[in-house]
Amino acid sequence: MTETNKDVLLSMKGLRIEGRADEEWTEIVKGIDLTLHKGEVLGLIGESGAGKSTIGLAAMGFARDGCRITGGEITFDGIDLRAASERERRGLRGKRIAYVAQSAAASFNPAHKLIDQYAEAPVRHHVMSRSEAEHDAVDLYRRMQLPNPEEIGFRYPHQVSGGQLQRAMTAMAMSCRPDLIIFDEPTTALDVTTQIEVLAAIRDIVEQFDTAAIYITHDLAVVAQMADRIKVLLRGEEVEEADTRIMLDAPTQDYTKSLWAVRSFTRPTQPPVEKGVTPVVSVRNVTAAYGVIDVLTNISFDIHARRTVAVVGESGSGKSTTARVITGLLPPRRGEILFNGEALPPDYRRRTREQLRQAQMIYQMADTALNPKLRIRDLIGRPAQMYLGLQGKALEDRIKDLLSLIELEPGEYIDRVPSELSGGQKQRIGIARALAAEPQFIICDEVTSALDQLVAEGILKLLDRLQGEFDLAYMFITHDLATVRAIADEVVVMKEGLVIEAGPKLEVFQPPHDPYTELLLSSVPEMDPDWLTHLLEERDAGRAGADVEPAGH
Amino acid sequence: MGFLTGLFWLAAVIVGAMAAGWVFRTAVIAVSPHGVAREFRTMPLTAGFGLLMIVIYVLVAVFAPAIAPFSETAIVGREYQAWDNVHLLGTDNLGRDMLSRLIYGARNTVGIAFATTALAFILGSVLGLLAAVVGGWLDQLLSRMVDVLMAIPALIFALLLLTIVGTSVINMILVIAVIDATRVYRLARAVAMNIVVMDYVEAAKLRGEGLWRLITREILPNALAPLVAEFGLRFCFVFLTISALSFLGLGIQPPTADWGSMVRDNATLISFGDITPLLPAGAIALLTVSVNFVVDWQLHRASGLRE
Repeated sequence: MTETNKDVLLSMKGLRIEGRADEEWTEIVKGIDLTLHKGEVLGLIGESGAGKSTIGLAAMGFARDGCRITGGEITFDGIDLRAASERERRGLRGKRIAYVAQSAAASFNPAHKLIDQYAEAPVRHHVMSRSEAEHDAVDLYRRMQLPNPEEIGFRYPHQVSGGQLQRAMTAMAMSCRPDLIIFDEPTTALDVTTQIEVLAAIRDIVEQFDTAAIYITHDLAVVAQMADRIKVLLRGEEVEEADTRIMLDAPTQDYTKSLWAVRSFTRPTQPPVEKGVTPVVSVRNVTAAYGVIDVLTNISFDIHARRTVAVVGESGSGKSTTARVITGLLPPRRGEILFNGEALPPDYRRRTREQLRQAQMIYQMADTALNPKLRIRDLIGRPAQMYLGLQGKALEDRIKDLLSLIELEPGEYIDRVPSELSGGQKQRIGIARALAAEPQFIICDEVTSALDQLVAEGILKLLDRLQGEFDLAYMFITHDLATVRAIADEVVVMKEGLVIEAGPKLEVFQPPHDPYTELLLSSVPEMDPDWLTHLLEERDAGRAGADVEPAGH
Repeated sequence: MGFLTGLFWLAAVIVGAMAAGWVFRTAVIAVSPHGVAREFRTMPLTAGFGLLMIVIYVLVAVFAPAIAPFSETAIVGREYQAWDNVHLLGTDNLGRDMLSRLIYGARNTVGIAFATTALAFILGSVLGLLAAVVGGWLDQLLSRMVDVLMAIPALIFALLLLTIVGTSVINMILVIAVIDATRVYRLARAVAMNIVVMDYVEAAKLRGEGLWRLITREILPNALAPLVAEFGLRFCFVFLTISALSFLGLGIQPPTADWGSMVRDNATLISFGDITPLLPAGAIALLTVSVNFVVDWQLHRASGLRE
């Protein structure tokens, strides 16, 4: 390694970082070694709590509030970042090392125009004058393929879309032409179609300026497109590190293999429903509006017992609104919801207790879906007590049964509050609460999108098993087509409040596609490192949904 | 020299207070069960001192007849007697024992302030939560009424109402409670508005839960922390309002002892360089500061602002 030492931009040796929780310091990064050469892109992957972001920030010599760097060396281009004064480090940040955060919407100051925020770093670091910085901004906006590069800088952050904002943030990180950029999950909050644009723009610009980058993500397919090398982390320790292609083809560690395997979870598709069977839920010609703006236009589809209907589409396509109409939170303007052939009252307040019991909902964010002040006993006991009239011993037994069903040890969990559970466990409690009502139909609203892949897989398997045991009908709202492939029987593709395509999964996923479905499908990242390159070539050639505008543009 | 001595005494008082707080905290941790002790361990010394003072005030108020050397209203000597062995803090403008009146004053002033604050809270938070959950015209109606009440300066409004309905303890409690309930209403509504949009409230609504259960089980437990903190602050304001009203002659009526009117009755002595009339004011100040110490600690915990 001595010959290549000149090229080494960043090196970490035995990095240890502690975090403070409940008045105690616990180690969250346990001796990580990392070497990054000039112009190289290193992918850091791992589940939440693996220490990815903490390491990313440590590359700037920075530790979050409540964290402290306790050991190891961090050397950036010959400068010892731990020994450097705060003033020296501040001189590097923004100028030579830049950071792109997960949520651009939360990272931009909403009170200032994009270009003012762009110019701040170069002017402050005396790299450019204000007018040079503005010219430069327009140039970079153009390279990032933002629409109207001359004007977009004069908008406020809320006036541009999420994908555009993320690209503007990448451009901003580039403003001082740094040697190193840290990307912390820059596309996680974006739709697949938007993600493509951002990924392509990031990759181009990193190549153009020969910038080194640390790319932090939990999405393997994304990192496969972006990184030259991949480092896999687990609970603050390195699992393995290798070149991207080697890592994808032949991971050596069991943990890495298990991460790779998640993507292969599927279940047998149920046979098509026979004609004449009454669907459990039938959405008939529903048009719904918030205020005067129609967000759903003439939606119709059926959900049968023991079937999973996946509703897919980008954000703003009306997926969640459809769920609100079915549950009665948003009475439709026109159309109706049939339950086992009978029309439900449009407003949930008019529905009988029995009608409410039959349709349950599992939410995306288990954190906000469970009352933090109630014990698990009350959270999942309440529906059983309310709908089924269980009391005392019978109720206690039922709660324990439910906990066993969701694979949590009853004795250990029954008296906990939600904050004493992990993300996946909370989501399981959400499932148990829905099951406690003994419904026929469950709406799953993005139930796995806030979870790590391994945990998400566990939830999907659980939902699948429960469906078999209790003959449940699922409406599965998601933007993740990998999930759809795994568990759906039928697919409803939505865009801007319209159903674009609907039918059995195999039909929808087999060519020929509707152009929009094609765009969605082709935008799902694949594990093949050449996937993005090929896709962009195809789209340039006018295929793979190239002529369809993604929703919201 | 005088300045240095003053500084020394100030430092001594602060050190003494913190030491008292530390002793009190250690004692509380030692006697309380494990779960509760954990909470107290995070308590800063200021809060420990505040809590100790509140406990002392409550004890004095409850056991006033046992502690006080003389009766509340009996004339036991000449007017404005100096401090001596019999009348430890001298006598007031009518020859009543100052220390006894100070002790009974704790009972009246603190007791009435507590009753008023509790009433204001029940009224304000129930209406505030209701407005947030039901929304629509009920919210509009209540909020606009509160706006109207809040548009009039509180003390002036209280004086006006008390002049209309007449001065009695019950009237005073009701008037101050209504005026302060408007502030509580605003807070309760604002806090509940943030909770109502949570998924777990939506889930409870879809489950078919009634309004009462929605408020008591889903919303109130999650709104409790800011409301408790507000209770402490509100208690101080109410306390000061009562003392101010008493000072102005519209509050607690003689011969009942209360700290506000005790200051007014003996104010003449101040011009003679006697600090006795300031003792009730000091008692008010000490309780106010103590309550705020405890409230600060609670606010800190509730908002998750550590360090």
